[in-house]
Formats: sequence, structure tokens, C-alpha cells
Amino acid sequence: MLAWTIYLSFAGALLETLLPKGRNSAARWLALAIAVAGLAIAIMGFAAGMGQGTTVITDAAWVPSMGIHYRLAADGISRVLVLLTGLASVAGILFSWNVELRTNQFFAFYLALIGGVYGVFLSFDLFLLFVFYEIAIVPKYFLIAIWGSTRREYGAMKLALYSFVGSAMVLIGLLAAYAASGSHSTTLADLGHAGLPVHMQMWLFPLVFIGFGILAGMWPFHTWAPTGHVAAPTAASMLLAGVVMKLGAYGCLRVAMGVFPHGLDPWGFSFLGLGSWRDVFAVLAVIGIVYGALVALAQSDFKFVIGYSSVSHMGFVLLGLMTLNQIGLDGAVLQMFSHGVIAGLLFAIVGRLVYDRTHTRQFAELETMHLARRLPFAAWAFVVAGIASMGLPGFSGFVAELQVLVGSWRANPWWTAAAGIGIIVGVAYTWRALQKAFFSDRLPTPDEHPKTGWPDLGAITWPELAGVALLGISTIVVGLYPRILLDSIEPAVKALLAGGVQ
Amino acid sequence: MNYAELFRVTLPETVLEVAALLVLVVDLGALRKAALSTRTAAAAWLGILGCAVGAWTVSLAGANGLRMGGDLLLATGGTAGAAQVGILVLTALTLLLFVGTGFTRNVGEYVAVVLMAAAGGLIIAAAQDLLVIFIGLELLSLGLYVLTAFAKKSGKSAEASMKYYLFGGMSAAFLLFGFSYLYGISGSTSLHTVVQESFFLSVSGAAPLLWIALVMVAAGLGFKIAAVPFHLWAPDTYEGAPAPAAAFIASVSKVASFALLISISAAVLHVFDGAHIVRVIGSTGPLPRYAGMQVPWLLTLTVLSVASMLLGNLAALAQSSVRRLLAYSAVAHAGYILLGLAFFSSTNASAQAVLYYILTYGLTTIGAFGVVSVVERATGSDRMEAFLGLQKRNPLLAAVTLFLFLSLAGIPPLVGFWAKFNLFAAVLGVSHSGVALGLVALAIAMSAVSLYYYLQVLKRVYVMPAAEETPIAAHPVTMTVLLLIAAAVIALGCFPSLLQNWIASFY
Repeated sequence: MLAWTIYLSFAGALLETLLPKGRNSAARWLALAIAVAGLAIAIMGFAAGMGQGTTVITDAAWVPSMGIHYRLAADGISRVLVLLTGLASVAGILFSWNVELRTNQFFAFYLALIGGVYGVFLSFDLFLLFVFYEIAIVPKYFLIAIWGSTRREYGAMKLALYSFVGSAMVLIGLLAAYAASGSHSTTLADLGHAGLPVHMQMWLFPLVFIGFGILAGMWPFHTWAPTGHVAAPTAASMLLAGVVMKLGAYGCLRVAMGVFPHGLDPWGFSFLGLGSWRDVFAVLAVIGIVYGALVALAQSDFKFVIGYSSVSHMGFVLLGLMTLNQIGLDGAVLQMFSHGVIAGLLFAIVGRLVYDRTHTRQFAELETMHLARRLPFAAWAFVVAGIASMGLPGFSGFVAELQVLVGSWRANPWWTAAAGIGIIVGVAYTWRALQKAFFSDRLPTPDEHPKTGWPDLGAITWPELAGVALLGISTIVVGLYPRILLDSIEPAVKALLAGGVQ
Repeated sequence: MNYAELFRVTLPETVLEVAALLVLVVDLGALRKAALSTRTAAAAWLGILGCAVGAWTVSLAGANGLRMGGDLLLATGGTAGAAQVGILVLTALTLLLFVGTGFTRNVGEYVAVVLMAAAGGLIIAAAQDLLVIFIGLELLSLGLYVLTAFAKKSGKSAEASMKYYLFGGMSAAFLLFGFSYLYGISGSTSLHTVVQESFFLSVSGAAPLLWIALVMVAAGLGFKIAAVPFHLWAPDTYEGAPAPAAAFIASVSKVASFALLISISAAVLHVFDGAHIVRVIGSTGPLPRYAGMQVPWLLTLTVLSVASMLLGNLAALAQSSVRRLLAYSAVAHAGYILLGLAFFSSTNASAQAVLYYILTYGLTTIGAFGVVSVVERATGSDRMEAFLGLQKRNPLLAAVTLFLFLSLAGIPPLVGFWAKFNLFAAVLGVSHSGVALGLVALAIAMSAVSLYYYLQVLKRVYVMPAAEETPIAAHPVTMTVLLLIAAAVIALGCFPSLLQNWIASFY
């Protein structure tokens, strides 16, 4: 059943391109209907999959001569991420209700991207996964380059090239593993059990991990993320932060760690205190956490703050992966979901609620606008989202980051200590953004003050309300009752730890 | 050899020649007074009919090939069969594109020359003898020079043809020189015998002569496939030639030449098939490591491959004319394919992978030139700027461009990606060595570079604002062909085994 999320999205993209010009309203409703249907299927698949392990959805020989299977399946991790994709796609469409330029094309690219993302999360054949992964690259480029804002062509091209370089690295790893395994099969299970020699896994693992890690915003390959997020239209930046970065993290987990588990073994010697690839990537993750947070603290553009905060939060995901223990990995997967929802909400507030009305994202200008009074809904929504992003109890981010930190404490207390600094700085930059954008007490100078009173910023429309509610409620529900997701994540992580990693 | 057999094996070529003569008779005779559009349609459809009949006769040729005194002259089935059908299909497509262009009044002559050049391509694809190879190459090349110059009103076309002709003449001289050395070494013109004899002779000390001969041959054939450093004609020719002729050069001529390279590489690898191994071991003791053609030939191909991948992709970055961009990208694609030929398997896997690549590349590139020709007719230019706002001026054409260029860049699930994957998997299937892996990694990295310049075109088509918004109309036949090609690119990408099985059915 879950496979229909993919087919529906692609069919929707095709229908949107066939829609006659000027039928903007029809294009919106069609896209919303497709996305809601996808979300409904995702929820049903999630509920039906409770307590089950890996369920195979479709398995057919695709290219028999090369052993490539069209194998779609789902385990607890996939189901959670498919659910996230469903939520993010519906919210993204709600927040792009005001797209008037080439509306049907916008939603066509949007739905094609969503279809690719669903496909990645459901593929259990490495080759198929790669195909879907690349399908997701091209629509991103056009979404940003056509409908974006600040330096959009630069941001879009940078994003496309970074993604393509990453996927080229993955392709090299895929080809090398396929050739060396000699099993003539590309399913993840067969490749994982092919018994690739350890020395080979030792270089394939970092190659593929970095390849996927580029898209997960791993420091120092994260630089596409802030520029891409800032350049992207609201819905695209929500998807970028919400699900596309998760594609990278998911690939790191499912492919790099699942297929080349011995790449994590100790090298047998230590260099600068690093004794394995695990140490290397954990340190990069911690640097990402702290660096992202510190840079976010220094931004003057509202959206850049959120962009760098994404780098910081994705650092927690990568750190969680490198703990290699149950609780750390649980936390990493939960953080993927949590960050997907929270970052989506933050980008929606900045891009749609604020920027589309004020046409500026500079704190210096926002400070003079008294947005807390003029856009109270946006201000309070940002307060909620900001608190969630800081990781306060009651929100999903708290549970996720706590688990990652506990896991990393068990692996190496120093990582936890350093990541803790990131959390503290995280409170600071969120607070700073909140204060500067909405609650500034700086009075406007007389010439800044409009003579005829403040111009009307426009009321909050129902799609915005619905989108904020959808994402806000999701993070609160998961924060208050994390078992709803953890029950499905834990067995899957356990199976992965037993079968692949370690 | 008896003449009945000769007739049976060369039936496809004969059909094409007959069709060419028929086209001339009809166009210059019966339809002399008719309107240009009628004449164009009649000539093109007659030519396509010839291609169709020719493709059917390929299947009649049997599997034994044409032999003279035990030496194979023309192969049938296998690589030759698949490549011949491919050549005929691609030729028919370029003829369909010709219908909508109207750059010349001499339509009968144009179609006749195309058919004769295609016949040369058919010979090359099957040739297993140095002399036959040379005749086929000349037949094809002479046709291409004429086709390049066919736009008589365009100075560029004449200039391109002149350059092409001079380069071509020189490279033919190199090739013939190399062939003469090979004949001197082996005393035979049969490919298989040449390879075998040169092995025995290089064991006894004639290796340097063999190396020189092979480099000369590589220079001659490198010209045909536009491999660096013999690629200099390509950008000018692609830019100056009329669009359907450029499409023909970029597809049919490439398919034929790569089929020939497959034959040579296969012969080089199957050096001992049917030979008396006893003679080797008995006469020289342990086998010397660098004897025979294998090392120098494969090494030469590797060098050409790396140079083409690097220079083709990097030079394409700097182009502002879409035709020149396609030319440099053709150089780059030739580099990838050469990699598949340099790491050639003794089974059929590599041959099939290379054929898969070149056939799908030919198909895609015909489509790309079709798009260029439509845009050129409307705007008078093939600069990138001419593509500005195409999505508004002709949304269907823009969509076709999107899929074709993404396929060239190797984005799944389009056919260009499968071609690359198939090819690189074949390379790694031959050798797991660090060198093979490194070269494949280089090729994949270079295709990441290529995405940039393909996106530059697509950016003009979809992203940047239009300078002009008048709709661009395409000839209905052209549009139908382009849509068919785009559909094939998508369908073959989603179901790659269709074409794979088709190619495999020839072996």
C-alpha cells in the first residue's frame, strides 16, 4: 500500500504539467489532494506496520541480467520517515498557496520531488534507492532557480552540484560493491551479506558516508545548505530541511552503515586521537553542531539563522548514528523526524508568514516593525517552534536530542560535552532571532515611522493556519508521547544493529 | 566466397544503394516540377522505406559472415547485426528530421548521399578486414564531407566542410599508413590474422613497429569518433553543418565507428581463438608479458579515453553555442565509451554495453539536434540565448529538451544513466584493479561536471526570463519525431532490459 505514495506523487506531477495555463486554483487543490492522499496512505501504512518488522511491498526483477530488483519494502525507520514526508509535503503545499507564477509547474516539480523522496525511503534495493535519490535532485534545482529569492540561481546550482557530486560518490561505491560482491544482486540485504573484504569496506564506507553526508549537511560539506535554504521558496526550503536532508542521513544509516558495517571497525592505529572512521565522523558531527550554532548566532538574515540551525541539528542525527548503540540510533532517527517537522515550521514562519508580508528578512529592518503586535500569530507560532527547536521538554526535539546525548555519553563522554555547548548556543541564537524579529523594543526613528499608521500586513489565511497547526501539533504529540514513533523505530534499529552495523 | 553469399551478406547495403538511386530518379525525374515540400517528403519517405527494408534484410544475412579463403571479410549477427539495425533506425530518424528543415533545394541529392554514407556505415560495422574497413570508412567519410557542405547559402557550412575534409584526409592517410605497417608485419589484411601474426612477430622483436602501427590506426579511428587529440574538427563541423547532417554525423557515424572499434578490441582479445597454442609455447618458451597487440592497443585506448573525458567535459563548460556544447559533450561521451573498450571483456558483456551506450547516445543526440534545428529556424541562432524562455514559447519542445539533456547528463531513470551504469559495471566486471576503479571514478566525477553545462541550457529553457515570447512552431513531423525520441528515452530508461535483451538477441 505504501508504494502508492510514490505512484500518486508522480502521477500528480504528470497531471499538473497537463493542466492548462492559468488554472492556478485547480493546480493548488490538485496538489493538496495528492499530498493529503499520500499522507493518509503514510498514516495507514504506519498504523498497519506497528509491531511488524520489515514488510516487503513489491519485489520484481527489474533488470534480470544485472540482478537489479524493483524491491520496495518498509521497516520501522522507513515508515516513520514516510510519515514525515507526508506531513512535510502537505504542509509545504499549504504554505505555497500564494504561488502565482507558473503554479502548475511549481507543483509538478514539487510532487516529482516528493515522489522521489518517498521512493528513497521505501527502496530496499541499493540501485533503486539510488535512482529515486537522483530523481529528487533535478526538481530541487528548478524549484529554487525559478521560484526562489536571494541569489537563487547561484544557490540552486550550488545545491544541484553538491548533490550530484555526493551521488557520484555513492555511485562509485555502488559500482565497486556490486563488482566486488560477485553476487549479481543489488538488494541491500544481498550486498550487506556479500562479505566484502574489510579493507574494501574501509574505503567504501567513508566514500558512501560522505556522499550521503553531503546532503545531510555534514560539516565541512554543509555550505550548500544555508545558501540553498535561503534561496529557496518557502515550500522548497521546508522540503530541503524537512525531508531532503533526511535523505542524506537515511542513506548514511541504511546504505553506508548497513552495507559496509566493517568500515566502522578500528583502524588499528590512532591519528590525532582518532582511531576509526566512526571517530572521524563523530568529530565532524560535533563540529557541525557547534559550528552551525555559532554561525547562526552571528547572522543578520532571519532565514540564514534557520539555515545554519539545520546544520547544527543535523549534526545531532549524524552524532547519533555514530554512537552505534540502541539509544543513540533511536535518537538519531527520532531527530530526523523531529527536525523535519520543526525546521519545516520555522522555515514556514520565516518565509511565508513574515517574509511574504514584510519583504525583508534582515533583522535590522524587522526590528523596527513591531511584528509581535502586528503579526501576533506569527510571533507566537515562532515562540512555540523556537522552544521546540531549543529542545525543551514537551516537544519532540527534547526526546530526540536527549537520546542522542545519552547514546554518545556511552560511546564517548567528550562528544556529549562538546555537543552540549551546541545546545546552549542553540538557545542563544533562537532567543536572539525571536527577540530581534518579533519582540524588539527598539523604537522606530521618526523618519522610519509611517505617517499614516502601519500598513496592513494582511491577515493570516487558512492554509497558513492549517500548516502551522499540522506541524505544531505533530511536534507536541511526539514530544508528549514519543512512544508513538519509538515503538516502531526501536525494533528496526535493533534489527539493523544486529544484522548490519557492528 | 561465392557471389550468392556476397549478395546475401551485403543485401542491406545493396538495398540502401538501390534506394539512393531510386530517390534520385524520382526526385530529378518524376517530381522535377513538384513543390519543394512534396519532393522533400517523397525523398525522405523513400529513404526511410529503404532503411526499413534494409533493417529487415539484416536478419536474412545468417550468422556465418562472409569469408574468403578462410578469412572473415564481413561479419554478420552479433555486434555487426545490432549495429547495422541501429544505424538504419538512426538514419531513418535523421531523414525524418530533414523533412522539417528546408535548407536546400537539392533534396534528392541530400537523401541519396545520406543513404550512401549509411551504406558505408553498414560496411564498417561488419568489416573484419583492413581493406574493407578502409573502403567503408572512406565511403562514409566522403558522404559526410558532402553533407556538411550541403547548406550552400551558409558560409559556415562550407568552412566546416573544408576543415572536416582536410582533417579527414589526413587521418585517413594516418590510418592507411598504420594499416600498411600491420600488413607488413603480418602479411595479411584479415583482422584476426593480423592480430595473431603480430603476436608471434612481437615476441621475436618487432614490437616497436607494432606500437607505431597501432598509434597510427588509433589516430585514424580517433578522428572518426572525435577522441582527444583528434577531435578538433568536431566543434566546427557540428556548428557549421546543417542540423540533420550534424545529427547524422553525431549518431550514425559514431555508431559505425564504435562498432568497428568493438570488432578490433574483440579480435585483439580473442587472439588465440583457433590458433595453435603449441606453436607459441614450443617456439618461445614462457609467454612474454608485453607481446602482441593487447597491451599497446588497450593502453592507447585508455590514454585517448582519459584525455577525451577530461578535455571534452572541461571545454564544454566554456561554450556559449549549443551546437559546440553538444560537440564537446560528444567528445566526452566518446571518452566514456573508450573506457569500456579499453577494459574489454572476452565475453560479450563489454561489446553489448558499448553498443547499448552508443545506440542510446545516438538516439538522444539526434533528438538534441532536432531541438537545436527547430530553435535555430525560429531565432536564427544556436547560442544559449536563443533558448531563453523556450518553456513559454513552446512548452512541449521545452519538455523534450529537458528529458534529452538530463539523459545526456546521466540522470536516472533516463536511458543515458543506464548506458553509463551498464558500461561502468562492464568495466569493473573486467578488472577490479585500482586503475579500473580510479578511471571509473574519474568518469563518474566528470559526468558530475557535465551536469553543470547541460543545466546551463536547461536554465535558459526553464528558469531565465524570456527575451521574446512569440511562440516557436515546429514542423509536425519534427515534433512527432522529437516526442517519439523523448518517449523512447524515458521508456528505455524505465525498462532498460528491453534494449539489453534486444541487443543480446543478436549474439
